[in-house]
Amino acid sequence: MSKKSGFLSSSIGKKFIMGLTGLFLISFLVVHVSLNSAIFLNDGGVTFNAGADFMAHNPVIRIVEIGLFAGLILHIVQALVLTLENKKARPVAYQVVNGSANSSWYSRSMGLLGSLLLLFLVVHLANFWLPTKVAVFSHTEHNTFNNMKEVFAEWYIVVIYLVGVIGLLYHLLHGFQSAFQSLGINHKKYTPIIKKAGIWFSIIVCALFAAMPITMHLGLIK
Amino acid sequence: MSHGNMNLTLKVWKQKNKDSKGTFETYNVKGISPDMSFLEMFDVLNEQLITEGKEPIAFDHDCREGICGMCSMYINGRPHGPKGGVTTCQLHMRSFNNGDTIVVEPWRGAAFPVIKDLAVDRSSFDRIMAAGGFVSVNTGNAKDANNILIPKDDADTAFNAAACIGCGACVAACKNSSAMLFVSAKVSQLSLLPQGKIEKQDRVLNMVKQMDEEGFGNCTNTGACEAECPKSISLENIARMNREYLGSSFFQNK
Amino acid sequence: MATSSKLNAKIPEGTIENKWTKYRSTVHLVNPSNKRSLEVIVVGSGLAGSSAAASLAEMGYKVKVFCYQDSPRRAHSIAAQGGINAAKNYQNDGDSVYRLFYDTIKGGDYRAREANVHRLAEVSSGIIDQCVAQGVPFAREYGGTLSNRSFGGTQVQRTFYAAGQTGQQLLLGAYSALQRQVGMGAVQLLARHEMMDVVTIDGKARGIIARDLVTGKLERHFGHAVLLCTGGYGNVFYLSTNAMGCNVTAAWKAHKKGAFFGNPCYTQIHPTCIPVSGDHQSKLTLMSESLRNDGRIWVPKKKDDARKAVDIPEEERDYYLERRYPAFGNLVPRDVASRAAKERCDAGYGVGASKMAVYLDFAANTERYGKIEATKLNLQNPSKAEIMRLGKEVVKEKYGNLFDMYKQITDENPYEMPMRIYPAVHYTMGGLWVDYNLMTTVEGLYALGEANFSDHGANRLGASALMQGLADGYFVIPYTIGDYLSEEIRTKAIPTDNEAFVKAEKEVQDRIDTLLNIKGTKTVDHFHKRLGKIMWEKCGMARNKEGLQWAISEIQKLKKEFWNEVRVPGTNNEFNTELEKAHRVADFIELGELMCIDALNRNESCGGHFREEFQTEEGEALRDDDNFAYVAAWEFKGESNFELHKEELKYENIKIAARSYK
Repeated sequence: MSKKSGFLSSSIGKKFIMGLTGLFLISFLVVHVSLNSAIFLNDGGVTFNAGADFMAHNPVIRIVEIGLFAGLILHIVQALVLTLENKKARPVAYQVVNGSANSSWYSRSMGLLGSLLLLFLVVHLANFWLPTKVAVFSHTEHNTFNNMKEVFAEWYIVVIYLVGVIGLLYHLLHGFQSAFQSLGINHKKYTPIIKKAGIWFSIIVCALFAAMPITMHLGLIK
Repeated sequence: MSHGNMNLTLKVWKQKNKDSKGTFETYNVKGISPDMSFLEMFDVLNEQLITEGKEPIAFDHDCREGICGMCSMYINGRPHGPKGGVTTCQLHMRSFNNGDTIVVEPWRGAAFPVIKDLAVDRSSFDRIMAAGGFVSVNTGNAKDANNILIPKDDADTAFNAAACIGCGACVAACKNSSAMLFVSAKVSQLSLLPQGKIEKQDRVLNMVKQMDEEGFGNCTNTGACEAECPKSISLENIARMNREYLGSSFFQNK
Repeated sequence: MATSSKLNAKIPEGTIENKWTKYRSTVHLVNPSNKRSLEVIVVGSGLAGSSAAASLAEMGYKVKVFCYQDSPRRAHSIAAQGGINAAKNYQNDGDSVYRLFYDTIKGGDYRAREANVHRLAEVSSGIIDQCVAQGVPFAREYGGTLSNRSFGGTQVQRTFYAAGQTGQQLLLGAYSALQRQVGMGAVQLLARHEMMDVVTIDGKARGIIARDLVTGKLERHFGHAVLLCTGGYGNVFYLSTNAMGCNVTAAWKAHKKGAFFGNPCYTQIHPTCIPVSGDHQSKLTLMSESLRNDGRIWVPKKKDDARKAVDIPEEERDYYLERRYPAFGNLVPRDVASRAAKERCDAGYGVGASKMAVYLDFAANTERYGKIEATKLNLQNPSKAEIMRLGKEVVKEKYGNLFDMYKQITDENPYEMPMRIYPAVHYTMGGLWVDYNLMTTVEGLYALGEANFSDHGANRLGASALMQGLADGYFVIPYTIGDYLSEEIRTKAIPTDNEAFVKAEKEVQDRIDTLLNIKGTKTVDHFHKRLGKIMWEKCGMARNKEGLQWAISEIQKLKKEFWNEVRVPGTNNEFNTELEKAHRVADFIELGELMCIDALNRNESCGGHFREEFQTEEGEALRDDDNFAYVAAWEFKGESNFELHKEELKYENIKIAARSYK
């Protein structure tokens, strides 16, 4: 009688993975933005570098980092699969679509925003993650704070980062609350709170991230 | 024959049958009254086409009072047109202006193949229902109705989910052609009631499986379905179905 | 008067209370292994069809279900709003099986068969149990028990409901039971299929010819029995509250193959519909009878009063139902309420632009509810505005969806001004004549639900249609069909290349070809509208001899014109909605003639049939029990040729009396 199929190959299962990995990546953002905000102490990067050093060498963090990449890859692969399936579900497109009448543009553009973020991530990893790794493996000293200063000295890099942050903002605006819905969490009392929290979270995190290249470029952080 | 003064240009999808390729045709209709329903405007157009020896436009409709769920037009980029909370048959021409150009398309989706012009095949919904949208109780097995006490709030929530008319506007509105709102409404209705709780695990697993097999897309939580649903079925139902699906997948004892 | 020898109602012996119980326990059964090889065709998927198909499949029969819509869930039972009656006596207000039986017979103006109605009342209670078990979300009280409301023609609260969508919820319940059987392979579902003819072999129904509406292909289907659950024929009036596709074709084909048509002239005109707004109108929308619980119906006392409703003071309003029928007031049965509205409008007191409407006013009860709320909230001396605001909240809670629908259609706000309503064709009590087993005069051919004539006499009470449809499907046919099928266990499935099938299919094909080849100048709708106008004016709420005679000759002319001048575009081999309509309208034209003949024959007024020549001085319907206490069952004898057979109605348990709601 029961016609069970694999959980992970089902539409709801796939969405569950998207939501779960999404929330995991959000939790990474919390750590990332907290640590990086140490630059605003304006202590010449002492606190920040101490943190960065810890993150680069602690063995537990190393393992978590692998998990992080795995989560990211899963998020991306799953998104690709879902997008392809969704395309197939409507072989003939509508001539006129008035999407703004029933949903926000960014909720309908998660794939686009995600692709933008992926491109940004390549630049971002090349700028910061790669030099750190090189230093770790070659056992040389690496001053991440100085690294930041150098990178953000170029105005076009600052522009790239701002575009990336804006992409992140909209991705989060939908993704944060959407993840809860996909995990089956929707409640008359708590969902409005989750939605509000998602908006504030997205704005605060992205504002902090945006402030970093700007303040550094303008020389406000010494 | 009609007493109105609205003149409109219609761009309507014409497709001979499910195997042929369709195109848009342009029609002009004159003398439309704002009190007419959108389908009555189509009646006027078809009457005119038949009299001119042309082929009328095929479209699905039946009750014309917003409850049978048969009418299904995608009007100016929205299922059931510009007015929220109504079906096409209850959309009146007063929602449009004289001189407007209106683009009318069928529901589009791999699981809703076009039969002709604006009529589509929604039997996928019936198959999803056959997979589990019921309480397994044979005629004659019931006990006295008041032996099953149901908290009013649960009964009301179940009723709100049960208000779904199965028109498919949720699928039509969704950029992914997902049927989650339709399926979750039935799953919710039955799982909220004690009568339906008994087989709720099998129900959600079987219905979701059938839904996936029919070729509907995946839900990305844009909320377009809820916004366009003529019966205002809530997204909470989708979350409830997700929850039940997860629970049933992980904890079912077989 | 004696019952025609051609009619045997097969009413079981015994007292009225015991007939059904005894019959049910002694009727022939079919053993489970034989059921597997017996095939049943169910045409129509509304309450009667879905419930019958599901129940028979559960029992083990092989079932095929046909519906013209794209899904069984669309059947027009879905549009019933108000509720379903059952003699549960949950309200402790004195209800009982006998009282429901009595109310139904009286409501039907003493023109229904006692045994059938009593059975209906007996099984009513089980319907609610069955529906609740299926997960139908009926309205409930805070304690978790089921809620009831009152409906016309009764003084107890026995109506179960699910907001204004009771029909929808009940149909979805029956549909889910049906889909369960489809999923289990016990029922084969053929949606977008229309029955074009019944196939009879040696006087027994043995199958149908169906048209696949998508491809146009004609199909032959065999069945040991055929169940017509195809609803009523209100669309003969063109404008009605029926769905656009509702039609008489299946019943009419059966009639032409030998099934007698019972009481075709009994039509229910529902008093609370939204008035016609223009000649573009394609259908009418009902406002639930439940609104009469709290709404008061009135017209101005002054003719052609041009003032707005709110500006007309209390003493200048004529609450004509409360005036004429103090005991039942606004809750008189539908036929009485409709005629009273027509009487006022015809006399020149109507309201609105067309003057063909009366007011349904919620102000008084809104105020009453507001005062109750104010008391609940301990408000001292609340202002009138405050009371009305609170009252509106209550009214919104009770009738919100109906008020929204009214606003949507009329563009007027019913919370601020009274609704305008007028009677409209809603239901047909007449239908195929059936015996106690629901079998027509063709063996093996059954009619269930609105398609048969059986339970409502000359007028149906509100919330009884849902009850009857489900009673027939869930609790009557599963037993009574055994009486016939137990004799059929030796009948092997008849191959559909049998000459009867071939002949029937050819006749259908010929008719299709004829229709397509007329290539006239007028559309199908053109003829339908003209037929509707004749029927509404001469065979509607009031009828008279001259009018009916005129109507018969007009319809005959219209028929000729139709078959010479109709234009059906397209071909047979495609999805062709005009061709579908053409078939249906052709049958409606023939039925319309029979309705007028029946109305002309019935020289009395009863229930929905009001002959102007037969009324009391006060304008009430005047029955003639000596000469017309019978069911008129018409036999088809050829074009425009129908023979009347009478089934005498015997009242052994209820004293037949003049119906009074005063």
